[in-house]
Amino acid sequence: MSSGHDVILKLEDVSKVYAGTVAVKQANFEVRKGAVNVLVGENGAGKSTLMKIIAGVEQPTAGRILLEGEAVSFSSSGDAVNRGIGMVFQELNLFGNMTVAENIFATREITNRLGKIDRKAQERRAGEFLDRLEAGIRPDMLVEDLRIGQQQLVEIAKAVSLDAKILIMDEPTSALSAAEVEILFKVIADLKARGVAIVYISHRLEELIRIGDYITVLRDGRITGQEEMRNVDTQWIVRQMIGSDAKDFAKADGHQPGDEIFRAEEICLPRVTGGLAVDHLSLSLRAGEILGIYGLMGAGRSELFDCIMGRHGHASGRIFIAGRQVKERDTTRRIQRGLALIPEDRQREGLVSILSVASNLTLASLSRFVSLFHIRGAAERQAVTQMVRELAIKVADPAQEVSSLSGGNQQKVVIGKALLTEPKVLLMDEPSRGIDVGAKADVFRTMRKLSRDGLGILFATSDLDEVMALSDRIAVMSNGRLTGMFDRAEATEAAIVAASALGHGPAAHLAPSDGEQR
Amino acid sequence: MTDIPAKAAAPSASSGSALLTLMKLRTFIALIAVLVFFSIAAPNFLSAANLILMAKHVALNAFLAMGMTFVIITGGIDLSVGSIVGLCGMVAGYLVLNGIDLQIGYTVYFNVVEIILITLAVGILIGAVNGLLITRLNVAPFIATLGVLYVARGMALLSSDGRTFPNLVGKPELGTTGFGFLGAGRLLGLPVSIWILIVVALGAAYLARYTPLGRHIFAVGGNERAARISGVRVNMVKMFVYMFSGFCAAIVGLIISSELMASHPATGESFELNAIAAAVLGGTSMSGGRGTIGGTIVGAFVIGILSDGLVMMGVSSFWQMVIKGLVIIVAVVVDQAQRRLQQRVTLMQMAKAG
Repeated sequence: MSSGHDVILKLEDVSKVYAGTVAVKQANFEVRKGAVNVLVGENGAGKSTLMKIIAGVEQPTAGRILLEGEAVSFSSSGDAVNRGIGMVFQELNLFGNMTVAENIFATREITNRLGKIDRKAQERRAGEFLDRLEAGIRPDMLVEDLRIGQQQLVEIAKAVSLDAKILIMDEPTSALSAAEVEILFKVIADLKARGVAIVYISHRLEELIRIGDYITVLRDGRITGQEEMRNVDTQWIVRQMIGSDAKDFAKADGHQPGDEIFRAEEICLPRVTGGLAVDHLSLSLRAGEILGIYGLMGAGRSELFDCIMGRHGHASGRIFIAGRQVKERDTTRRIQRGLALIPEDRQREGLVSILSVASNLTLASLSRFVSLFHIRGAAERQAVTQMVRELAIKVADPAQEVSSLSGGNQQKVVIGKALLTEPKVLLMDEPSRGIDVGAKADVFRTMRKLSRDGLGILFATSDLDEVMALSDRIAVMSNGRLTGMFDRAEATEAAIVAASALGHGPAAHLAPSDGEQR
Repeated sequence: MTDIPAKAAAPSASSGSALLTLMKLRTFIALIAVLVFFSIAAPNFLSAANLILMAKHVALNAFLAMGMTFVIITGGIDLSVGSIVGLCGMVAGYLVLNGIDLQIGYTVYFNVVEIILITLAVGILIGAVNGLLITRLNVAPFIATLGVLYVARGMALLSSDGRTFPNLVGKPELGTTGFGFLGAGRLLGLPVSIWILIVVALGAAYLARYTPLGRHIFAVGGNERAARISGVRVNMVKMFVYMFSGFCAAIVGLIISSELMASHPATGESFELNAIAAAVLGGTSMSGGRGTIGGTIVGAFVIGILSDGLVMMGVSSFWQMVIKGLVIIVAVVVDQAQRRLQQRVTLMQMAKAG
């Protein structure tokens, strides 16, 4: 990779580990002076984490950072700013209750000799930066009175005002109009000409190809490609982003579902703000069947599961297991009747993170190992060992804290906990969210196996591929209502998407927000 | 080639884990340190009589601290235990002296066993009030138990108009004698209160380790929502811990009034703070989910021996307070350092593995 631009910043084998997940794995990344260095990757690939490391917001767990050939470590974003690194954050970091000028000079206030803030000087200087952005923003306006796009421009003006040598822009155009994007590109060209190194993150490929000089692709925390922009095309970028390993959905084995195992009738859940989060919903599930519930964010899928598990006292409707009505209203006794939920939010609802893998696995099924009131240790250990083996949970010792596992293995622990209660009906809410490709395949295979063993599985997802590949039947929810029910044979993506948008505004408006939630 | 990085990595990992082990044993090390220090610095410290006397002092705090430990593990706090001690002492004293007047010309007197059972029931009942306020009415534990602290203390004072119930010897003809056994009696050379402590502590440790209820207490403190979804009856667990805390406080109230053969309504003021201190010193995390009965007992001994030893050395009580406070702060600082170190060690291992 030869070029006329000098490398100003270099990351060597940088890794960042959070409890449970590795966000960045041994990344080597170069930033070149007077050029736009583009960074792309799917949601959750680790782009933002990598940038936060450069900007000093996060500290790397391992590896080193070389700035102009010299090893540096930033303990805060202030450190990075002092060394000439500025960042435009994806989420706006502005104080709505202060003026534009006050925001631009926050922590670097211009003061007179007595330490009093020189408001006039601040507003004059801020005005210069804002004029370059041609956005008609006055320095004395309150930030909360600005449109979101204008706020983004203020954020950019703030970063430009730092006179940074390296300027990181994390999705700077996400809220800008086409005209504002053009102005931003002019500003970027101007900065480039002055020798500033720009790191540019975006999802919009056409934008990247237009302004980028170098491109780096991240996938699952690893850097999978690094090239000069003039050598690459859109297909190359997509290939690096998605990788050759397409999603591995376990194949259906063609077993026939049995009799009805579960039925819900007229489930209703009122919303606090009025209206119904779940609106007179009825569905039925057969033993050995996988019923996928597709819907956009806020369609009411999780709320439906909560109702079925008895987590809302004010929900109404009837549920039946194997033809017998479930009159128990609390979660504990519904679990005993054969219902189990794998919640969407693993950290907040699935796991007790400070307990061991073993304690988490058996938490819901302790009564199985109890004689009188004594937990029989041997029986419990045996069940744990068996579940660890069956689900291929990668753990050295089940006594280890569950938070030390990777996301995929944590998810398997949650699944194992539900399975140990010997459920007849398994509710899985976004079972593949936030776990790596290998673990996803394991989870899908487990679902297939369980359905073969005669379990009824209801699983909710907002991933179209997933619902198409795994379900025997597909239910579509929108706005709390059941808006479609398809057999696998007759289901088409177009029909499912159309059903998921019923009762909402225009579908075109909703599609991106669905993508955002991944 | 492969040997070099392995050797380079090994010392840092092992020194980290050695330091971790030391930090985990800190309460035990502190206990040995205070024992050694005072056996050198204070004459007669190691005499059998003195050790038994100290153990009796420590036992009172240890009871409260055990109840407090369960409460704190669920993520709560119980400020009312000191007042329950006072109120239960008054209940016992009242029953020994006055019995219950049935308002129809008869008065029922109870024997000592019945009095003890009634008093324990009162303690459990007040704990249940705490639990109901917290689970049914959603009052924050701090506020609920603070309110009960005042109410229970006020009731203790009202029961005698602020006076002491003196001379709880009882009358043989009413069958109310023998109340002094709890405080002054001995079995196999050890005071009765120590035996009770041993029984309750073993029971509590067993409960924490080998029963579903114990496991659920930790789960509720670690992640209440996850516990609920897993079918744990969170409200019942919380009711239990506050009732157990009330039970422990009632035991202390009985022992103190039995030792003194008198009940004073101000007994037990600020005991709750000592109990919290012992639990925290023993490694119980105020944010819930972590703690052990064994650690708490050791913590109670460290605090108790420290204050008794300082008295024997003639250190002023003002300095004693300063020292006790410092010990608690240091314990928590070391606790936090241990957490951070442990987290770092785990993350490093994961970074290497992944």
